[in-house]
Amino acid sequence: MSARDNHGTAPPWGDEFQVIGKRHRKVDGLAKATGQAVYTDDIALPGMLHAKTLRSPHAHARILSIDTTRAEALPGVHAVITGASMPIKYGVIPWTPDENALATDRVRFIGDEVAAVAAVDEDTANAAIELIDVEYEPLYSYTDPNESLERHDPAIHEGNKHGNVSKHVELEFGDVEGALDGADVVVENDFFFHGSTHTAIEPHCAVAQWSQDTSAEGLLTVWSSTQISHYVHRALARVLELPETRIRVIQPNLGGAFGGKSDPFSLEFCVAKLSMLTGRPVKMLWTREEIFYAHRGRHPMHMHYRSGATSDGKLVGSDAKILIDGGSYSSFGLVTTYYSGQLLTGPVDIPNYRFNSTRVFTNKPPCGPKRGHGSVQPRFAFEIQLDELACALDIDPIDFRRKNWQGEHTKTVNGQRITSNGFMTCLDEAERESQWKERRGKLADGRGLGVAGSMYISGTNYPIYPNDMPQAGIQIKVDRSGLVTIFTGGNDIGQGSNSVVAYLVAEELGVEVADVRVVAADTDLCPVDLGAYSSRVTFMVGNAAIDAARKLRKQVVESVAKHWEIAEAGIRMGGGVVLDLADAERTMGVREAFQLAEADHDTLGSTGSYNTPELGGDYRGGTIGASPAYSFTAHVAEVTVDRETGRITCDEVWVAHDCGRALNPMLVAGQMEGSVYMGVAEALLEEHDVNRFGLHSGPSLLDYRIPTTLDTPKINSLIVESVDPEGPYGAKEAGEGPLHSVIPAISNAVYDAVGIRLRHLPFTPAKVLRALAELESDQTVEQS
Amino acid sequence: MLRLPKFEVEKPTTVDETVALLSEKTGDVMIIAGGTDLMPNMKHELFTPKKLVSLAGVSALFGIREEAGALVIGAMTPLDQVANHPLVAERAPALAQAAGLVAGPQLRRMGTLGGNVMLDTRCQWYNQTYFWRKSLGFCLKKDGSACHVIEGGSKCVAAASNDTAPALMSLDAKLTFANADGQRELLLDDLWKSDGIFNKKVPPSDLLTEIRLPQREVKHLGAYGKLRDRGSIDFPLFGVAVRIDIDANDVVVDAEAVSVALQARPTRIRKFGESLVGTTLGSPEFEKGVQAAASLGHKQCRPMPNVPGDHEYRHAMVPVYLKRTILAAAAGAGPVHAV
Ligand SMILES: Cc1cc2nc3c(=O)[nH]c(=O)nc-3n(C[C@H](O)[C@H](O)[C@H](O)COP(=O)(O)OP(=O)(O)OC[C@H]3O[C@@H](n4cnc5c(N)ncnc54)[C@H](O)[C@@H]3O)c2cc1C
Ligand code: SF4
Repeated sequence: MSARDNHGTAPPWGDEFQVIGKRHRKVDGLAKATGQAVYTDDIALPGMLHAKTLRSPHAHARILSIDTTRAEALPGVHAVITGASMPIKYGVIPWTPDENALATDRVRFIGDEVAAVAAVDEDTANAAIELIDVEYEPLYSYTDPNESLERHDPAIHEGNKHGNVSKHVELEFGDVEGALDGADVVVENDFFFHGSTHTAIEPHCAVAQWSQDTSAEGLLTVWSSTQISHYVHRALARVLELPETRIRVIQPNLGGAFGGKSDPFSLEFCVAKLSMLTGRPVKMLWTREEIFYAHRGRHPMHMHYRSGATSDGKLVGSDAKILIDGGSYSSFGLVTTYYSGQLLTGPVDIPNYRFNSTRVFTNKPPCGPKRGHGSVQPRFAFEIQLDELACALDIDPIDFRRKNWQGEHTKTVNGQRITSNGFMTCLDEAERESQWKERRGKLADGRGLGVAGSMYISGTNYPIYPNDMPQAGIQIKVDRSGLVTIFTGGNDIGQGSNSVVAYLVAEELGVEVADVRVVAADTDLCPVDLGAYSSRVTFMVGNAAIDAARKLRKQVVESVAKHWEIAEAGIRMGGGVVLDLADAERTMGVREAFQLAEADHDTLGSTGSYNTPELGGDYRGGTIGASPAYSFTAHVAEVTVDRETGRITCDEVWVAHDCGRALNPMLVAGQMEGSVYMGVAEALLEEHDVNRFGLHSGPSLLDYRIPTTLDTPKINSLIVESVDPEGPYGAKEAGEGPLHSVIPAISNAVYDAVGIRLRHLPFTPAKVLRALAELESDQTVEQS
Repeated sequence: MLRLPKFEVEKPTTVDETVALLSEKTGDVMIIAGGTDLMPNMKHELFTPKKLVSLAGVSALFGIREEAGALVIGAMTPLDQVANHPLVAERAPALAQAAGLVAGPQLRRMGTLGGNVMLDTRCQWYNQTYFWRKSLGFCLKKDGSACHVIEGGSKCVAAASNDTAPALMSLDAKLTFANADGQRELLLDDLWKSDGIFNKKVPPSDLLTEIRLPQREVKHLGAYGKLRDRGSIDFPLFGVAVRIDIDANDVVVDAEAVSVALQARPTRIRKFGESLVGTTLGSPEFEKGVQAAASLGHKQCRPMPNVPGDHEYRHAMVPVYLKRTILAAAAGAGPVHAV
């Protein structure tokens, strides 16, 4: 890693932080709470048209013809476009461009985009959609991933070398067979992780404006509810065949994303094209139903695991075979396939490890990244197996994990570098706070406690498209008014990344957070950042922010030292005031200090950036999942199982999460609570599936069950700070890690409560009743 | 967001005006009370009335009062008032409980008791958007010709899903309807027909003005049990209202149970009372009677895959919910509900 990225973990001024580590309101908190914040759908431009999408009613079909004449003739319609208007394929992963803004010759799931209309209002656009005549030739459609593995005719993507296989990865580290042969206990089971979607409360929306005001060649501005403006920018340029300099992408306030706004989506291309054709601004807002079709949610995974341990409680190896149901397009699938194996190798050491993962296409809404991308599913299976091994060996499952902890500043079996690792403290905290020792095994019948642990990346050094440029950049402007303006390409999706850069820069420059303004996610104004995914923003953008702020700080301190004729070391800044450490009487406001610096150094500004060090295993795919730092989590879940109804109530969860350093503990706890909520939802309620007709089984917030407050357990967030040597002041991620292990913890708690192992998600009451009945009949057989 | 089809709204202030407006042209005119069911259904293009007659300004339709021993509830009374009114809690506990479990708090403020009684039936193949239904090829109940619940079936079995209906039936509720010809009273039991397409014998142009719970000669206990996935919002996957009449010595003199969310109409569990009558609350005979009543319910109630979820599980829950609801009624407790 280059020296420019390492800023140390100590407070910049003296022994204590002034901003960092304290509870602060988010910089946009009040605007959002009072309704002033502008979201994409709040944008209304003069002369704006409204666009709607025609979608495929077939799960798999060839398009024989599209006739738009009737739609075009409808009064109020300004333009109709089809796949022929934008035939260039794209995909968020540059190696797998298999998507079209609108279908060109084939539709691959019910809801696939076929045509779009721009009209004076939404009702006219909707009416026009109904007037587009499409002739389809239905094709055989796939809903079962096992079938896609075997049958390749018809191929969902014609020309794909591997038929209906989207990606296959097989990697082995050490000698798994040998290790399992030598094990005293081996557990082997099938697991199933179902599909789930993000249900961000803000629907996807995009607005485009094509203008010739600024230049004859035209300028396209796209406002979009995206969590990765940079990739949208690149994809628009590719598909619309415009230079990137002619496109500006702006992400307004965003109402949640969770991975569901990571891909470039059809609506962004459609509003852009429609605006270019009509010369008018165009907006498209998706309905909730359309968001269920756009999906990109958690991949269903059929998993087979085999893990073994010796009688002294040492894990010796684990072997995984995974079939991944990708839905109809590649999306991030290449990464998902790697992540399904690569991210399992901590915090418990797996000395010998192998995985064999295959992602296939099916005629269902496309899967993609959802909070804990690709690794929540294998974690579920593996942590249940750890529990089974601990039970078989009669070792407390927390102690079993302690015994097998990988340690800190080490390497995983698949070659990933581990720096700070607070997992042991996470276990201690969760154990103590849940009163595990006092209560486990002593609760009333039907009640139980379960534990599980996990790790997750803080960004990855795999930049999606290969390049040597920084992964994150920041610009800071400081001027004589005393105001500090930060320009960041980072996407604040509600997680608070704009707030985090404000806290970091305020700390470095000794100003009040209120005097820091953040301009974010506008490709014309802000330096490139790769976007809000893989839990990379705090770590990478945070480091870039410190990098930029420190350069400015140096200039300011220099000027003040010169002015006061003292050594630079004698100066302290904080809370908007500059102090002479040797003379308590001598102070000045930062505004004055900035003015001195501006006089000395000319207009003040600086840039900062971050790039990952060289990381990863020395093999194909070895950099996927390689992160500059990993977060660690332990969950204890308490459940009540109603033996008569089969219903599981998750009463309480203790989540201990090592986030390196909590830059703002309130935001960290918020992420932990949100993660637990989402994990509990996936365990007990949510199910994103298609029915026997290939139709989404209930694309609405009524039928797709996410927990209400009444269904949410009491959540205890226990923040663990291991202080990572390379994170911004030692921080790591907190947004995705705290989801993973709550799901297996619930399964393990159910085992503790009633003695059944739930290995197939979601844990519906019907499955619980079946498992209880099986257990009872097994016991009857044993007794007789 | 889904768009609403275009429509006009009339805002009468009296029952007479309302009835006159409704008699104009059936089919294209519909009554709107709280709109919590009608609006989503219109967004799904299940109904596309040209005109809505809003009852919001018809003050005669609001309120809860006692009249000659009967408890009378205006059709426009919001569900949260029904759920929290002391008179209802005292005289019709099952109704108070059922009303309190409809949807969520916001919807109970908008949604009315009349609207709940007159609720359209529900089905997973029907309560969907126009695009979804079109992709499916529609179904018998609306725009199509096939049923997807009973393949090859020629009769719609969409489920009556109104929580208050079984509670009201268990209390022998009577309804007053008004139309251009005047008023008439109808036993709630006689409102229904077993047709999921439209499960009422009274035409949609008739105005329900009030719901009357007759005075009961004997002391009764009541409770409502509701199976659903979440602690709030969801429609019933199975619902059951229980009424137990007791004498001064806690001996059961009569008992009724009415189920909902199974088929097109709420249904009485036949011979339900027989297993309990003559037993003393809390006695071993009573406990045995509860088991017998639960099995009876299990035999008679046959959930179909009309509403979402696993219908075999719903079937397995019938005796469990029935038993728990009887016990809750006997204990003066309830509702029986997961959360
Ligand atoms: C998310 C959601 C969840 C829900 N959950 C439940 C639930 O758990 N249980 C449940 O029972 N319901 C549920 N509902 C449905 C609805 O909210 C309630 O049934 C409510 O009581 C309907 O009353 P309303 O006044 O809003 O009726 P409206 O929507 O105004 O009307 C419903 C129907 O009744 C007719 N109507 C209304 N008033 C009269 C009258 N006085 N005379 C003649 N016809 C009339 C209307 O024409 C219409 O056909 C839910 C709705 C939603 C949106
Ligand atoms: S039962 Fe359902 S699928 Fe069958 S006709 Fe009725 S609404 Fe349609």
